[in-house]
Amino acid sequence: MAAVDVEAAVKELRNTYSSGKTKSYEWRISQLEALLKIVTHHENEIVEAVHSDLCKPQTETSFQEIFSVASSCKLALKELRRWMKPQKVKTGMLTFPSSGEIVPEPLGVVLVISTWNYPFLIAVDPVIGAIAAGNAVVLKPSEVAPATSALLSKLLGEYLDTSAVKVIEGAVRETTELLAQKWDKIMYTGNGRVARIVLAAAAKHLTPVILELGGKCPAVVDANINLKVTARRIISGKWGCNNGQTCISPDYILTTKEYAPKVVDALAAELEKFYGKDPLGSNDLSRIVNIHHFDRLEKLMDDEKVSGKIVHGGQRDKTNLKIAPTILLDVEEDSLIMNEEIFGPLLPIVTVNKIEDSFGAINAKGKPLAAYLFTNDKTLKEEFVRSVSAGAIAINETALHFMEVGLPFGGVGESGMGSYHGKFSFDAFSHKKAVLRRGFGGEVSARYPPYAPWKLQLLKALVKGNIIEILRALLGW
Amino acid sequence: MAAGAEGVAEDLRSAYAAGKTRPYEWRVSQLEALLKLTTRHEREIVEALRSDLNKPEYESVIHETVGVSSACELALKELHQWMKPEKVKTTMVTYPSSAQIVSEPLGVVLVISTWNYPFSTLSLGPVIGAIAAGNAVVLKPSEVSPATSSLLSKLLGEYMDTSAVRVVEGSVLETTALLEQKWDKIFYTGNGKVGRVILAAAAKHLTPVVLELGGKSPVVVDSNINLKVAARRMISGKWGGNSGQTCVSPDYVITTKEYASKLVDALSCEIENFYGKDPLQSNDLSSIVNSRHFDRLINLLDDETVSGKIVLGGQRDKVKLKIAPTVVLDAPKDSPIMNEEIFGPLLPIITVNKIEDSIRLISSKEKPLAAYLFSNDKKLKEEFITSVSAGGMVINDTNLHLVEPNLPFGGVGESGTGSYHGRFSFDAFSHKKAVLQRGFTGDIAARYPPYANWKIDFLKSLFSGNLIGVLRALFGW
Repeated sequence: MAAVDVEAAVKELRNTYSSGKTKSYEWRISQLEALLKIVTHHENEIVEAVHSDLCKPQTETSFQEIFSVASSCKLALKELRRWMKPQKVKTGMLTFPSSGEIVPEPLGVVLVISTWNYPFLIAVDPVIGAIAAGNAVVLKPSEVAPATSALLSKLLGEYLDTSAVKVIEGAVRETTELLAQKWDKIMYTGNGRVARIVLAAAAKHLTPVILELGGKCPAVVDANINLKVTARRIISGKWGCNNGQTCISPDYILTTKEYAPKVVDALAAELEKFYGKDPLGSNDLSRIVNIHHFDRLEKLMDDEKVSGKIVHGGQRDKTNLKIAPTILLDVEEDSLIMNEEIFGPLLPIVTVNKIEDSFGAINAKGKPLAAYLFTNDKTLKEEFVRSVSAGAIAINETALHFMEVGLPFGGVGESGMGSYHGKFSFDAFSHKKAVLRRGFGGEVSARYPPYAPWKLQLLKALVKGNIIEILRALLGW
Repeated sequence: MAAGAEGVAEDLRSAYAAGKTRPYEWRVSQLEALLKLTTRHEREIVEALRSDLNKPEYESVIHETVGVSSACELALKELHQWMKPEKVKTTMVTYPSSAQIVSEPLGVVLVISTWNYPFSTLSLGPVIGAIAAGNAVVLKPSEVSPATSSLLSKLLGEYMDTSAVRVVEGSVLETTALLEQKWDKIFYTGNGKVGRVILAAAAKHLTPVVLELGGKSPVVVDSNINLKVAARRMISGKWGGNSGQTCVSPDYVITTKEYASKLVDALSCEIENFYGKDPLQSNDLSSIVNSRHFDRLINLLDDETVSGKIVLGGQRDKVKLKIAPTVVLDAPKDSPIMNEEIFGPLLPIITVNKIEDSIRLISSKEKPLAAYLFSNDKKLKEEFITSVSAGGMVINDTNLHLVEPNLPFGGVGESGTGSYHGRFSFDAFSHKKAVLQRGFTGDIAARYPPYANWKIDFLKSLFSGNLIGVLRALFGW
């Protein structure tokens, strides 16, 4: 049943795309306006759905998801004409007279596979890019956030042009069916294991792919900083982002043995201000998404190598799938918690002798989606930016770079490939077609056979753009 | 040999990890070395190309060595600029802050090149980009052009820093061994079949790939043009480009039934001007690379639905692996010559009733690497550019977009993913890392729990630049 649906859906989208419908500026605007209407008129339903799926606090959903989507729509609406305009480029002597431009065109019919932790944002944001670039698009929301998936299907089904924009719900079976089709681009947000499956499926059709994955995002904490603000920003990026279940949450901290106790105290103090003495009772923390992840996180905490290193938190409520903000101090490199992406409310602190040692420790792992450094030391900042490779880097902040639309958002190595946000979303779903225009003038007979040394000499000189050489060749000197 | 691939990858990883390839000075030294070896050894390179492809000296210099020198010179001139971080404006969300996009190398990359332009910007262009971007690089030249492969190995081995730049010769066995290693990027030039194998191998390591493939690049010839110039430019792009064995060669022509005979006459006339009455004797035409391709092309020509439609040429010399410039008029739609990339000196002309019909015909096939139009009709030109999707396009000429470094060179769909040339080569081998810098000021309490409605309103207003909203939220209006 699902196989027929998927194939038929894709066929319909291909027909729509071939008709040229999605390429017009007016169509793209109409769809972006429709998406904006959805977020403006249905904010409460979205907040409720996300709360049902994740127990996410309204503030996080409103600000991190709904507001971000609204901003993305508004930016695209405002900038679309400019984005769609061909970019003129300078051409040289060899093709004189000529003009060159780079023309953005849609790729065709694209697939967006979204994930569960920002089930509204990560579904809709790429769709904005796909539509802005003139493509037809299928959105496959995550089944791990079923209420939001159903709501997306309903709202996009109501407001958008379903001959070109479809939501296909489902799990492994439906995703496999989707991946068997030919797409002009696939965007996948999730983990490295499934990413490899997506790439292997895409390989059969030579389909280009964007992968937004994760990794262990480190936060290095130097001494001589404003520790209170640092602690608040770390907490905000960790537990204030879906309780640590975020691809760019600080995964672990690196600081000096000397400074570590101060860091722990500062975090503990601010955590209490934010979530009270009994965080399990706070309404301002997402729960763990499901029992599978809850068990996974418990196992990380109860690992005998680290269970004795818990210096804050550790409380859990299995019935309500809640785990309190938990800090572990001086965990060993070979513990479980230091060898997989945590994606939850556990924050290990690794201590080093000198703060500079932290860079080597970071580079020994796979390249993360983000890396953070809290310092006032200019040299340390420069060294960090220069030597730590990550999708993105933020100095004296965590996670917030996500909201700067002038910055490309994406990974490198194990944390992904390609990027999006703002204009980068438009570019991600576009082909940049080179166009060179000439007239029938500017003929250079030296270009044509029969070949002769003087022709060779002249062309060589033309390539170099060296006027003297050109004259030499022309006049036979 | 297999151990060889692993050893090579390991050596290069060590060199990269040691930071060898990152300094500006190292990159410049390697680009200068490449420039030196190309200019000093032009003679040997021309000889190797003569041996592998019977390529005329003129083409070997103009299409290959001079292109490499130019690319090196451009990179040397622009490297400082390319390496500079790009400043990005930040918004109220992170105020006060500064941001930039920093280009960093990916690490250790693999370039698999092809046989038709074995010493050109096709093969060395990616190497130039990889080095300019600060990577360590392995070049695997094509075994189908063995003299050049061997020369590349010798010259690069002599002139380049072999701790970080290596040539690995070989064929399927060696390529497979290389593909099993983990690379930070793979750049492949060749065909779609092997392209799929490369993508599947890359999928295992989440390695991003640039694919430069091919396709059937069409030329649409309108009436009311300067037919003589058009014919010369088509001949130059087809037979003047390695006897049609070029990824962007005009593969087939589309013109009106009415105009076809004029076109054939013009082509016939100019082909004789260029190559004489007996083109098989001309020294200005490359041979077919080997007997396998020779036989493949003869099969296309001798196909019973095609052989009677030859209007020009058709002569062949199996011993010398030569096929004369051949034009076929109105081969059937389902003939093999109209359904695979020709990659040789055969040019089918397809006729249509109205010239506009050509656009639909082209769009019914896979997206080619290039598409060409000869026309003075403004409307037709605009329609062509908007409706035909191809890697790149030229109006009133062929192949020339390759020499413009400000234009990205690459395919779309079946013709490939990613692009290079000029700055795009540097970008192809770089990770564009987003960097956000903040101080410890500008902390907004509304960001932190305990959450409240006024905080949501405040944040939304602040980040939309809605000052009234901000005041409202602050004062509870």
